[in-house]
Amino acid sequence: MLEFKNVSKEFGPVKALSNINFKVNKGEIVGLVGENGAGKSTLMKIIFGAYQADSGTILVDEQETRFSSPRDAMSQGIGMVFQEQSLIGNLSVMENLFLGREQEFRKFGLIDFDKMADASRAQLAKVGLDIDPRVETSSLSFSQRQLIELAKVLSLEERISGDLVILLDEPTSVLSEEEVGLLFELVHKLRERAAFIFVSHRLDEVIRLSDRIYVLKDGEVVDEVDADKAEASKIQASMVGRGINTEYYRQDERLPFDKNSPMLCMDQAGLDRKFHDISFTLHAGEVLCLVGTEGAGREAIVRTLFGMHRLKTGTITYFDDAEVKITSPHAAVAHDIGYMPRERKVEGIFASMNVAENMTSSQLGSYSQFGLLNKSDEFRLAADWIKRLSIKTPSARTDCIRLSGGNQQKVVLAKWRSTGSRIIMLDHPTRGLDVGAKEDVYAMIREMSAAGIALIVIPDTFEEAIGLGHNIAVIKDGRMVRTFDCLEQQVTPFDLVSAMT
Amino acid sequence: MFRNLDIKAFMPVIVLIVLAVFFTILNPNFMSVRNFARIAIAASPFLMVAIGVTFIIIMGSIDLSMEGSVALSAVIFCFAFLFFGGTLGSGGWVAIIVALGFGAAYGALNGFIHAKLLIPSFMSSLAMGFVGVGATVLLTGGGIVRIDDDIFRMLLTYRFQGFPLMVYVAIFFLVVGIFIQKKTILGRNLYAIGGAEDLARASGVPVLKTRVLAFSLAGFYYALAGVLQVAKLGQAESVTGANLMFLSITAAVVGGVALWGAIGGVVNALIGVLIVTVINNGMVVIGLPDYIQDGVLGLLVIAAVILSTNRSAVKFVK
Repeated sequence: MLEFKNVSKEFGPVKALSNINFKVNKGEIVGLVGENGAGKSTLMKIIFGAYQADSGTILVDEQETRFSSPRDAMSQGIGMVFQEQSLIGNLSVMENLFLGREQEFRKFGLIDFDKMADASRAQLAKVGLDIDPRVETSSLSFSQRQLIELAKVLSLEERISGDLVILLDEPTSVLSEEEVGLLFELVHKLRERAAFIFVSHRLDEVIRLSDRIYVLKDGEVVDEVDADKAEASKIQASMVGRGINTEYYRQDERLPFDKNSPMLCMDQAGLDRKFHDISFTLHAGEVLCLVGTEGAGREAIVRTLFGMHRLKTGTITYFDDAEVKITSPHAAVAHDIGYMPRERKVEGIFASMNVAENMTSSQLGSYSQFGLLNKSDEFRLAADWIKRLSIKTPSARTDCIRLSGGNQQKVVLAKWRSTGSRIIMLDHPTRGLDVGAKEDVYAMIREMSAAGIALIVIPDTFEEAIGLGHNIAVIKDGRMVRTFDCLEQQVTPFDLVSAMT
Repeated sequence: MFRNLDIKAFMPVIVLIVLAVFFTILNPNFMSVRNFARIAIAASPFLMVAIGVTFIIIMGSIDLSMEGSVALSAVIFCFAFLFFGGTLGSGGWVAIIVALGFGAAYGALNGFIHAKLLIPSFMSSLAMGFVGVGATVLLTGGGIVRIDDDIFRMLLTYRFQGFPLMVYVAIFFLVVGIFIQKKTILGRNLYAIGGAEDLARASGVPVLKTRVLAFSLAGFYYALAGVLQVAKLGQAESVTGANLMFLSITAAVVGGVALWGAIGGVVNALIGVLIVTVINNGMVVIGLPDYIQDGVLGLLVIAAVILSTNRSAVKFVK
């Protein structure tokens, strides 16, 4: 009933999707898997109309069509249940269900809330939810809100003539085992009313629920399997691809580190709903890569180490010194700990400041006396680091926002390097960079490691993790499920994916 | 080199020049030292307030406490002045220190309430402004406190190169403001917080301390405005700060300080103050009734924001 033929999508020079062929039959549950960046979310966005394909054809009931907006897609029977729920917390359940459709309940220019409540109960019954539609949405549990979202999408069926296709984006990521079971039961029951596309990083669940599974890699459908014949290991193999050249990793450039100088030690650390029972020791010169899916808890771990969250259980020991307590980023910086957040444009650089100002933003104390800035020292430092990292900028006074992505990244690194940071945490340091700039960042990471700086890297790809890390820890649903010592064994992307999914 | 030179950044200066030419054509007396002195006197206390609030706006917050802060500082100055002998010669200068110290402390309290108790600056500062006005009425019993010291009034009466001394005092503190903005850690951190507070925090900027310091600095400038108001009028009362809230924020915005933070600075506040004062002065010179003047100022704010800022970069407007 929904079919994609040779659909492609490009973002500038980046091919996000190429020649996707994809089909959903009536009443079918189709699984969609792929690692981060494989093109899953782009494909989903095209399906529900948020993006438009550059080429290829989309067919609904064998009629060629296009979805110009999510609203347009909805009117043709495509519904989306978002991972980040799209309900408005301070409105009641029924107001959420019929948001934008209040016209249907108009009586003398006013809304007939009794009628709306009755209509809501009918919708909620479809998903087996027995609650008062007048309660405020934020008072409900996550799984109840998810069902309401599903009910909202299902309410499309009374408004359109064709059949429904419903996208479920990572619907199980914060559900308990029991809730997952109930959701799956419901989806099976609902397949008389609608077809489903199920997107998840939990491979076992995809195999359990789906009839057919598409595997995406690098924007292409690399495999299509029937679920009853599917094997997790085979699907994982096609998710990472084959024939990766080990030379690409440049593991030979990785230097040994000093195992006798612990810099950072996490012991059974936990933070509500974010991560649990995390233990590891990081040494001077060591690179630890944290691998896992989005939202597995990696970011929360590094942010906690940087003093942005307070630990609930367990301990963190910095520099093998029980006296060092870090309760704020300010304290972290004072103890020579640096953190490069992931979204460079949003969090990494100050857009309104120039290169020199960005570099010294974490260490103004060293460039001042009695609160007065010493600008000549500041610019000397900037000039020095511009040269050391070969940052391409017209001058230290150029606004940072005008630099290319790779050079902005170097400015952020210079900021932490020049303060003499002893622990540096990098979240997706190569995201959005071209190949040459990536190589520069790798070289800088190796140089920092050689200089005895302890590093935690959240890498963009498995190759990066394997190429840079002395140790790789796999984080899944907030737990450290496996660690790999890369100096002792040859780790493959396949190993990592098997641990992750 | 000039490719990125943004015409919008110079819009306020152009507006100021166009206004001056416009009023001169309507009334040639506009371009006279005497009229310029009149503009400068009107602008001096007003400029101090605008500089103070500019520091806060750079940080991405807002301060609405100025009417109360100015009035309360002015009244405290007058009482202290009378207490220390009633003349600058006998020790009345101590009153200046008392008033400025009080202003800074009042501002720090304002900032503390906002940043530590996590009350939006809009609300906390507005409340502190009302508290200030109320305290002024209480202190004065609703009356007026006069200062009749010839030495102190020289700030207004003694003229150098055609301009009274208070204008030079204002210029001095304008330079101090520019210095703080450009050359101090505090100044730099204000831009960091206004540009990206999360990143500033992640860079180790002490955000709470900076916020309190900024409000304290603003309070200091409001107290300066209070002292200059007394120099100008020879008296203080609960309405000494009246109208300054709308005018100073108008001036900052018209001068090119962006309300969402990190853009503009003290110099923009100066240009904005001159624009607003020139319009006020010009409307008087050409004889417009004052209810029309208020309307014109309101329209001017909207026009200034449209002309001088790049709003497409702002994700949402709240």
